[in-house]
Amino acid sequence: MLIKKPSDIRPSEITSETNYINRRDFIRAGAIAGGSLIAPGAISAVIPDSRLAKLSNISASPFSTDEAPNSFEDISTYNNYYEFGLGKDDPVVYAEDFKTRPWTIEVSGEAEKTGTFDFDDFMKPFDLEERIYRMRCVEAWSMVIPWVGISLAEVVKHFRPTSKAQYVAFETLKDRDQMPGVRGRSLDWPYREGLTIAEATNPLPILAVGIYGNVIPNQNGAPIRLVVPWKYGFKGIKSIVKIRFMSTRPKNSWNMAIPREYGFYANVNPTVSHPRWSQARERRIGAGIFASKQETLMFNGYGEHVAHLYKDLDLRRNY
Amino acid sequence: MNTIQQIRFIWKPIVFLLCLSPALFVLGDAFGITGQLSANPVEDILDRFGNWALRFIMITLAVTPLRRLSSWNWLPRFRRMLGLFTFFYAFMHFLTWFVLDRELRLEDVLEDLTERPFITLGFTAIVLLTALAITSFTAIRRRMGPRWQTLHKLAYAVGLLGVWHYWWQVKKDITEPLIYAVILSVLLGVRYFWHLKRKKPGWRRPPR
Repeated sequence: MLIKKPSDIRPSEITSETNYINRRDFIRAGAIAGGSLIAPGAISAVIPDSRLAKLSNISASPFSTDEAPNSFEDISTYNNYYEFGLGKDDPVVYAEDFKTRPWTIEVSGEAEKTGTFDFDDFMKPFDLEERIYRMRCVEAWSMVIPWVGISLAEVVKHFRPTSKAQYVAFETLKDRDQMPGVRGRSLDWPYREGLTIAEATNPLPILAVGIYGNVIPNQNGAPIRLVVPWKYGFKGIKSIVKIRFMSTRPKNSWNMAIPREYGFYANVNPTVSHPRWSQARERRIGAGIFASKQETLMFNGYGEHVAHLYKDLDLRRNY
Repeated sequence: MNTIQQIRFIWKPIVFLLCLSPALFVLGDAFGITGQLSANPVEDILDRFGNWALRFIMITLAVTPLRRLSSWNWLPRFRRMLGLFTFFYAFMHFLTWFVLDRELRLEDVLEDLTERPFITLGFTAIVLLTALAITSFTAIRRRMGPRWQTLHKLAYAVGLLGVWHYWWQVKKDITEPLIYAVILSVLLGVRYFWHLKRKKPGWRRPPR
């Protein structure tokens, strides 16, 4: 596959705006047509069991941004993963020996197909796609990350949720031996997150298994993590071991810890401040000390795909 | 050389350089000479200056209790320098916030000052520290007489405001603010203890 390299000239600067939009539609149409021609399971996702190994059979996605991705160094050394420590530079150090095999994912709750699946079996029915997404942290910094993953909507469909399933809940592994942060009481472990079924079946969210075309580094949530690009980063639960279809709203860890500051929805919203800082602007990691911050976009710029999900919701109260 | 000369010409320059070195390391890391800043360099610089400001207010407030316990009577000769370094690091922390983080946007700064209590606390500490720094010159100190001592008791308030500011700023992990809070409680606690002891009947102020 082709990995986009950061470049000074963005495609949008070369192509005229109309042609640029047409081109995007063309790619989108192609992707839809291509998707329907390939029989389900024709390209099964095989994730090698070795660190940062190259992934194959990755298709491009019309949902990818043209913005230059952050360096692998930025993405893999600056992130929050409290199970491996509270500092941004802790995960890269303490997750180094984290074991991602054998790995099982338990699917339970309001669905026709449930059970405990070996990671490799879990992945098989799905196709790998590269999705270059903006990632906006609730702490007012952001990155652009070239994820490789599988569509969460496809995963949800595969397990055939019943009409009772209104929410999808996720849980991270809780392993005191491997995760030094879990021995501390910074959060109520295991880490928990959830989405409404409408959010989970939207085409944008993915379960990511790779970055820059390679197996995802341990510190970024190996072997499999959630990515929901229009929500703050803490919704992106890492190292998932449980998926549960629920009729009631699941708990999510940061909301449990500080409900006044972190909600269930956590949609990126420049007009609703965090109680202790403004969310109007964000610092793009890697831009340098003197680069100015940029305006934060409503739904992190993914409004055209997701705004309709919240049209009847007061986003000030449901932060 | 007598002791006072030794302090002035040997020890003060050494302590000065030691106190300055954290700032030199921030500068060195920013230019990739002594190390590297994190992927979020502005936050990194902000944190480091802020942390050093807190460490220096603790060190400064430790001078009196340490002298009393150890009878190292030369110790207070370093107090002004330590206090001015507290001001220096706090001010660098403020400047980093104002210039690099808030990007000199006055409306953003005003919103922060009025709507985010932890910033109000931090800013108050900066204002107090500025007053203490300005009045630290010997000439001003002499002119102020006994009011100087009263004014400089605000150093305790600066310590409280600083720790409180940090406590309210952290997302979840209060370990570090808690450590500062414990140190500050000890430093203020011994003063209060001595203050009570001094008030006890039967104790008389020794003749001056």
